[in-house]
Amino acid sequence: MNTKAVKEINCELVVVGGGPAGMAAAVAAYEDGLRDILILERDDNLGGILRQCIHNGFGLHRFGEELTGPEYAYRYEKMVRDYGIPFMTDTMVTGISKDRVVTAQNTKEGIFKIRAGAVILAMGCRERPKGALNIAGHRPAGIYTAGTAQKFVNMKGYMPGREVVILGSGDIGLIMARRMTLEGAKVKAVCELMPYSGGLARNIEQCLKDFDIPLMLSHTVVEIHGKDRLTGVTIGKVDENRRPIPETFEYIPCDTLLLSCGLIPENELTKDAGISLDRVTNGAIVDGDRETEIEGVFACGNVLHVHDLVDYVSEEASIAGHAAVRFIRHETSKTVNVQVKADGQIRYTVPQKLTEVAPTRVYFRVADVYRDKKVVVAVGDKVLYEKKKQKLAPGEMETVELTDKMIAEAAELGGVLEFKLV
Amino acid sequence: MKKRELTCIVCPRGCTLVCELDDGGKLISVSGNLCPRGKKYADDECTNPMRVVTSTVRCEDGAVVSCKTSTSIPKSLVLEAMKVINNTKAPATVKIGDVIIKNVLGTGADVIATSNK
Amino acid sequence: MKDVVIIGAGVIGGAVARELSKYKLDICILEKCADVAMGATRANSAIVHAGFDAKEGSLKAKLNVMGSEMMENYAHELGVKYKRNGSLVVGFSDEDKNTLEELRARGEANGVRGLRVISREEILKIEPSIGEGVTCALHAPTGAIICPYELCMATVGNAMDNGAELKLNFEVKAIEKIDGGYKVSSEKESVCARYVINCAGVYSDAVAKMAGDDSFTVIPRRGEYMLLDKECGSLVSHTIFRCPSKMGKGILVSPTVDGNLLLGPTAENIDDKEDKSTTAAGLAKVRMQANEQVAGINFGKIITSFTGLRSVGSTGDFIINEKDGFINCAGIESPGLSSAPAIGQYVRELIENSGEKLIKNESFNGARRPMHYFKECTEEEKNAIIAENPAYAHIICRCEMTSEGEIVEAIHTNPKPHDLDAIKRRTRSGMGRCQGGFCSPYVVEILARELGVDYVDITKFGGESYINIGKTKEV
Repeated sequence: MNTKAVKEINCELVVVGGGPAGMAAAVAAYEDGLRDILILERDDNLGGILRQCIHNGFGLHRFGEELTGPEYAYRYEKMVRDYGIPFMTDTMVTGISKDRVVTAQNTKEGIFKIRAGAVILAMGCRERPKGALNIAGHRPAGIYTAGTAQKFVNMKGYMPGREVVILGSGDIGLIMARRMTLEGAKVKAVCELMPYSGGLARNIEQCLKDFDIPLMLSHTVVEIHGKDRLTGVTIGKVDENRRPIPETFEYIPCDTLLLSCGLIPENELTKDAGISLDRVTNGAIVDGDRETEIEGVFACGNVLHVHDLVDYVSEEASIAGHAAVRFIRHETSKTVNVQVKADGQIRYTVPQKLTEVAPTRVYFRVADVYRDKKVVVAVGDKVLYEKKKQKLAPGEMETVELTDKMIAEAAELGGVLEFKLV
Repeated sequence: MKKRELTCIVCPRGCTLVCELDDGGKLISVSGNLCPRGKKYADDECTNPMRVVTSTVRCEDGAVVSCKTSTSIPKSLVLEAMKVINNTKAPATVKIGDVIIKNVLGTGADVIATSNK
Repeated sequence: MKDVVIIGAGVIGGAVARELSKYKLDICILEKCADVAMGATRANSAIVHAGFDAKEGSLKAKLNVMGSEMMENYAHELGVKYKRNGSLVVGFSDEDKNTLEELRARGEANGVRGLRVISREEILKIEPSIGEGVTCALHAPTGAIICPYELCMATVGNAMDNGAELKLNFEVKAIEKIDGGYKVSSEKESVCARYVINCAGVYSDAVAKMAGDDSFTVIPRRGEYMLLDKECGSLVSHTIFRCPSKMGKGILVSPTVDGNLLLGPTAENIDDKEDKSTTAAGLAKVRMQANEQVAGINFGKIITSFTGLRSVGSTGDFIINEKDGFINCAGIESPGLSSAPAIGQYVRELIENSGEKLIKNESFNGARRPMHYFKECTEEEKNAIIAENPAYAHIICRCEMTSEGEIVEAIHTNPKPHDLDAIKRRTRSGMGRCQGGFCSPYVVEILARELGVDYVDITKFGGESYINIGKTKEV
């Protein structure tokens, strides 16, 4: 068989993914004076999943105005283009080694390798597929994840179906309920397994209530009907152990079932590189710099943990971008090793560890809906921070600002910082 | 006097707004809002609810491009506006920010492209 | 008039077609679905059985052992992934141990080599994740795994490359005896042939009846399966069967040649030959039994569950016979896949025995490039291919890393695919952990472009299985 050599190039900073996280990280690095940057994007343009999120609600924090997904992405795309930050589209990264050699491929270069000074992982996330739900019944056409339907409708201009049931009340599912309705489909119900929605309250209001679409909490799809194309689903209420109650089963005729049952960070490359993942976030374990176990490899955005707002993605990506530049310039001083522990009611924190004595914003998510609780940060019995919260919900990310003093104290007192709800 | 609970949709925080209305349906007071925009939203929502419409419009070359109304329009006109959008063809070279439909349904809002073709 | 018409393009129809394409015969394969391998071939345990299961002296026993011995070379020549991973039939009690000894004796009578009943200690050495309650096992080193639909696509494709014709969407509605042969008709067209070979799977009794043979019936037996992510594929290396008991034959836990973990099947006789639905009870049973056989299965990693329908014949054995040029290959349940190469030969012998003098097709080429050859190339080899055709660098399926070049090549390779699932079976695009979430809008586009049809005409698996119902703004 014929062979052709694999080209190798060097680059100070390789950013894997040209979505909101990758672009914000690259922009932050550029603004710190770094010029030898390369963004690798697998799609045919920068922007990532925002390109198909044509609804509004993005950018209030970051830009102080309400933008649609493509507009938000374009703000960053414009910065990347105006700064002249190099990027390659239609380029797939297929591997990252421990010594930061990135293998990628595209139609122009074929397979090539980049020796990187630092790597920022910004691959985003994907939706939980139907197989994972293991619903009984047939396997007809007409079952899509909400994001796939979003791509068909918003990007390709095709209608997946006319009569729709949505399983899962994640934000994409809620957004697609409205989107399908606006395009003339009838959305018959949104079923949510949990007793609460995982989506934002504003989306329940403007995507469901505006169009009288019922949100059926503690309900799931128990059976799929139809041999060629979907003809209907059987839905049912679930008990407190999430087991369907047969007496409540109800048949709903429909030709489309959309699934919005959660997002999973896309960490195949991370795992291949040998970086261990947090079992709760499904993203890498990182410190305040968003640096992973491998020196000089950083992660940010939805590949690290699933965010509910792109504004937070940009913010986190800037942290990683700045940190990568400091790493490249040998300006990092990692002097402590403080583990951040979540108590279970708090499901996870990012970062999971702190290595620098510097003010750090810790993001966290709770496991259930809680009312009138206190968020407490403590080392052993000593409380370093506490704040009352009227309402906490798994769908909404929270933050705590740690001061350098708190981190220094935690390091001194044993190195474990506990995040808990009381 | 009536009480009405709303979820503010102005920002992702989604504040629960408790509104007090007089018998004519006019807003007397709002609580639960964390910013002044919440009060404005409650006011509109109780008298004339407004929404930004986001959708796609077909271009002359058959592809679709994303679009939105430049400002919010009365909620009651959303489906009407969709009909207008669906019957419009944008130029194949449309760029982000271009006006595709001027003053849709006389609302004062334009339908503008939100991405490049 | 054709020489041979084969009804059904499953793994048996394919094996027969491929064997007969070695001779100067005008062959036509009729398939009612939109692709080959759409019946039991698509959804079964993907196992090449060693041959200890079937009763001594049965056709099943004979063809199983023969087929199992042929399979390695057969698969190799056809470029089909095959792995001799060995199998373990695990027992949980002394009673099971006796059954395993019986199986061993039967296997030896059938001519299976290397069978041994081993203790828990010995099992643990080769299979550390074996279930806690397992006390003993029958070890069959000749057991193997293969991808059944890949085998079917390869045999049909190879037969086509050697001159056979494939007619898809041809559902046989009538068979008429005519002078010198048969006229086989769908609602739209007819094909005449001197020999008709009935490889119609669960419908083989109905097809035989059309030709006047009502000597047997076939009932569908539902088997439900779960497929787990590649992360789980190395949990076991052997195929772990369960010792047959009063409770039935039980399920298996097995790695697949593509590196996934397969669990199943249940066994439930049903009436509807099209009912490929899964059931909550069936999937629960698979889960429960799998947990007993193997410890540490991560059910959070299920990527799909599905049902296959096996053809259970009324005689208890394979029904393979010839009369007046009409040949039945019916009731081909397990070990049908294992027997397929041998069944091909057996059918050829039946034709010869009926008085037909077969002449070798001198230009026959039995080799076929593996469908997955590109994935197995080195980076430098891939680069050479990419330099010729850049589409091989354009990744469409992110989970399985399938390129546009591979998809386009598959579209133009026999047997040609027309729908999303057909692409999936050939290129693995959409087969991975996101199950087509990302790639399907692109694959639809490539299919439409290459086939010269409209985007909305592309289906998931033929028939009415449309992906989209029309354009936005127009429906």
